Amino acid sequence: MLDVFISALTNILTFQHIGYMMIGVLVGLMIGIFPGLGGIAGLSLMIPFLYGMDTTSALAMLIGLVAVIPTSDTFASVLMGIPGSSASQATVLDGFPMAKRGEAARALSAAFFASLVGGLIGAVVLTGFVLVARPVILAFSSAELFMLSVFGLSMVGVLAGKSLVKGVAACALGLIIGSVGGAPATGEFRMVYGVDYLYDGIPLVIIGLGLFAVPEIVDLLRRDRSISEHATLGAGWFAGIRDVVRNWWLTLRCSGIGALIGAVPGLGGTVVDWIAYGHAVQSVKKDPKFGQGDVRGVIAPESANNAKEGGGLLPTLLFGIPGGGAMAVFLGGMVLLGIQPGPSMVGSNLDLTYTIVWSLALANVLGAGLCIALAIPISKLTLIPFKLLAPFMIAVICFAAFQATRTLDDLIVLLATGVLGVYMRRFGWPRPALLIGFVLATQAETYLYQAVQFYGWEFLTRTGVMIIIGVTAGSIWLGLRARVSEASPAEVLAQEARDSGIGPAANFRARAPQIMFAAVALGFFAVGIHDALKQSFLGQVFPLIMSVAGAGFTALVLAFLVFGKPNHAVAADTEHEAEGSAIPLRSTLGALAWVASLVAITAVTGFVIALVVFFVAFLRLRAGASWLMTLILTAGCAGFVLTLGSALNMRFPGGVLQDLYRLPWPFS
Amino acid sequence: MTLTKPTRRGALGLLGAAAAAAALTLGAPAQAQVDFSGRTVEWIIPFGTGGGSDTWARFNAPFLSRHLPGNPTVVVVNEPGGGSTRGTNLFAARAQPDGLTILGTSGSTQFPYLLGDPRVRYEYQDWSVVMVGPTGGVAYVSPSTGVESIDDIAKLQGQRLVYASQGATSLDLVPMLAFRLLGLEVNYVFGFGGRGDGRLAFERGEVNIDYQTSSAFIRNVMPLVDEGKAVPLMSWGVLDEDGNPQRDPTFPDLPILEEVYEMVHGEAPSGPMYDAYKAFNTAGFAAQKMVVLPEGASDELVATYRQAWRDVFADPEYQATVEAALGSYEQVTDRAADALFRAGTNIDPDVRAMVVEMLASEYNVRLGD
Repeated sequence: MLDVFISALTNILTFQHIGYMMIGVLVGLMIGIFPGLGGIAGLSLMIPFLYGMDTTSALAMLIGLVAVIPTSDTFASVLMGIPGSSASQATVLDGFPMAKRGEAARALSAAFFASLVGGLIGAVVLTGFVLVARPVILAFSSAELFMLSVFGLSMVGVLAGKSLVKGVAACALGLIIGSVGGAPATGEFRMVYGVDYLYDGIPLVIIGLGLFAVPEIVDLLRRDRSISEHATLGAGWFAGIRDVVRNWWLTLRCSGIGALIGAVPGLGGTVVDWIAYGHAVQSVKKDPKFGQGDVRGVIAPESANNAKEGGGLLPTLLFGIPGGGAMAVFLGGMVLLGIQPGPSMVGSNLDLTYTIVWSLALANVLGAGLCIALAIPISKLTLIPFKLLAPFMIAVICFAAFQATRTLDDLIVLLATGVLGVYMRRFGWPRPALLIGFVLATQAETYLYQAVQFYGWEFLTRTGVMIIIGVTAGSIWLGLRARVSEASPAEVLAQEARDSGIGPAANFRARAPQIMFAAVALGFFAVGIHDALKQSFLGQVFPLIMSVAGAGFTALVLAFLVFGKPNHAVAADTEHEAEGSAIPLRSTLGALAWVASLVAITAVTGFVIALVVFFVAFLRLRAGASWLMTLILTAGCAGFVLTLGSALNMRFPGGVLQDLYRLPWPFS
Repeated sequence: MTLTKPTRRGALGLLGAAAAAAALTLGAPAQAQVDFSGRTVEWIIPFGTGGGSDTWARFNAPFLSRHLPGNPTVVVVNEPGGGSTRGTNLFAARAQPDGLTILGTSGSTQFPYLLGDPRVRYEYQDWSVVMVGPTGGVAYVSPSTGVESIDDIAKLQGQRLVYASQGATSLDLVPMLAFRLLGLEVNYVFGFGGRGDGRLAFERGEVNIDYQTSSAFIRNVMPLVDEGKAVPLMSWGVLDEDGNPQRDPTFPDLPILEEVYEMVHGEAPSGPMYDAYKAFNTAGFAAQKMVVLPEGASDELVATYRQAWRDVFADPEYQATVEAALGSYEQVTDRAADALFRAGTNIDPDVRAMVVEMLASEYNVRLGD
């Protein structure tokens, strides 16, 4: 054993190995900062160099690349509220409010330091776990995986915000949207309506961007100031590191959770950050301010998502089954290098396994260190007036969105989910609940069906399943307790006394927009039920149950809205609060129209021309910038997008123009 | 979606990409050489990064670049979606026959085409094949079935066998047809993400019959065979240049389905079910990976590409690395590629109808909507 450790260590601690790893880290950092571009883009950049290099150096470069991506994508999450990848969606919830408070540097350094610690702890956990991993991974059958999905879904209890009823309804909405496309049990296509794009289901990145990034952009456009409320960056990066040290126990727990859940193949790394975030909400007792910029809401998902990459290595190396997107890339790279994953990785190639696991940890340190150094200068972005930043952000989210399938459809669906996100935000429907439902829809359905096929309903009595049921029950109990409490009884009574005599008619007047939104949601569930009834039994059972449940909860929301007392937990409309504030806001539709305009022009002229037209129009008409400024900013953005596009051999989405004429790159 | 046929060649005049095409057509009789100097060849792969097809293309791309005249840059362009139909449709609608756009297909591209999937808007017979990369597969069972070797095949009949499937229209259609031919009662559990997940279910003991492609079998199942936890049954075989099934040279000791069928039924296989097996087996394995040029590619262009592949196959560096990267199957061009292409992209309409009917009635697969 010791000789294996020594052999692995001598592999890692050479100048050459660390040098190549640094190259990988730098490339990964540059790519990862850009939302939507992840390991896959990085790999295609590196492949030409990778090929023909000696195995150790190439592997080092690859690991450097893979390790830094869940770290660097935090920039976009915290600074702009754009989930950089599925790994940092939960980070947005508290990271972005911190940036708005002027604490961007603190949030970022806390995130990066937590990432660093998470990566290291992940490696420690894995060092021991590698040896027993094969039987442990095999112990997770479809039955346990189903229960783990249910456990993930139980996080809705924590993330529901003010109203649990709305949370469950939003989660059901996510489950239905997630079931669009091929049914796992039969392959029949649900809710596709002949649209090619829907056959594969809606990509996660688009849902993430639409729900979280678009509403923030719209909100900031309406407020018309910089992202940060303060003109200076308040707390610096020392504060962030101190935050992690102070919460060392939380960091440790979340890293462990990340490494272990990452190691289970099939659940995917996509929920790790939410589970860690939910865990933080449940367990933090001292003065929680989650959702409003609590640094612990940043530390938890970030420590977990880096540890997760290490965990994801296990199924990749031992079984050749990638644990997530980044690991699929890593696996592809390994095969190109002639390293074959399989049982030998814990046998004759054990030293190679340790080399990889520890290299990942080292790359984490290098990557996080670099990111911490960059945190202060990059944080200054939040001080720029938003009207100058907005066209960049709109371009960035569109650019990120069309990485999904490289078609215009990506942008159209982005816009649609964006509108959904804007109104969910306004009416207090919890967006994380929808996202969790969406992410787990396929897993929950697939594993339930498989578990019943393999074991019958007795699968519920398997030891592993019972353990997870216990954990889930505990989590729900803790979650309900930790949920942001509604108005205290005394206040409610006072409110009710004051507003007695107000009935449905008055509610209709005051809450018409919310009631309409809930009615639209109800209509969506009706469509879901209608479509499910057309499918075969195995294809319909899951979406049917979810649609009916969703419709039931939405009906309940509607009933509360119409008949409920004022100040009922269900009622929420940020516009009412906004009316009270001093500065008048611009219109929501106006802001949405700007986002829509880029999509619309793309549909006509293709993305590159649309980008230029949009920039000029926005900067001149909306931002009132001078021609010189407009020219500089437009050229800057176009130049950047084109450079990136050419480096990645990327084709931009085309429009009518491209259908009619064959144009040279980049217009093609 | 708006996909147009590439008919607007008039608009091409000013474009760089078209210059090569023009030079090709105008100068064809006098100038026998195609030259790609300074150009970029886009190799469309209708799958995502990191998968089998992507790895295959990325392995081959630098060699192709080295041996095409003028050493163009060959870039792999991933266009995933719709089980590979999206990228392939795009290629069919947009690619110009100038040799600067080529397509790499896989079994999952051939199957929807053979089955008449409504999403398919491409026609293989319009294209020219320049290279075919075969692979193979091996079926195996758990020793819990009481089977110790293929001689015990009779023990499998009447047993409840369970198979973890990616879907009835995926490559798993081949083992499904094979098991049917042998009269095995197999219960298919769908929704698996890939063969790797299926193998995991086998190792967990959830399923007791499975297949893996050759390289995955050697890497991940052979250790199980050595431990006595898996029993290999048969391979899918390979086709010789005349299209006759042969034992797979990678697994010379394993019988192919045709032999097992004879052991079970006492006669050589025939009939529509066997025809279906043969068509899909070829499309899925023997002719799994194809490189094609778009409709309208000149004979000269096809010849240029075939010559390039011949040179690739003769490249010592290629020979030294191909087995580690792609397994021990020889990629072919010319006559062998033609034979595999024909066999892998044609199906008798009656046989197709029978398979579609079977998929619909037994597995609820509806290709019509």
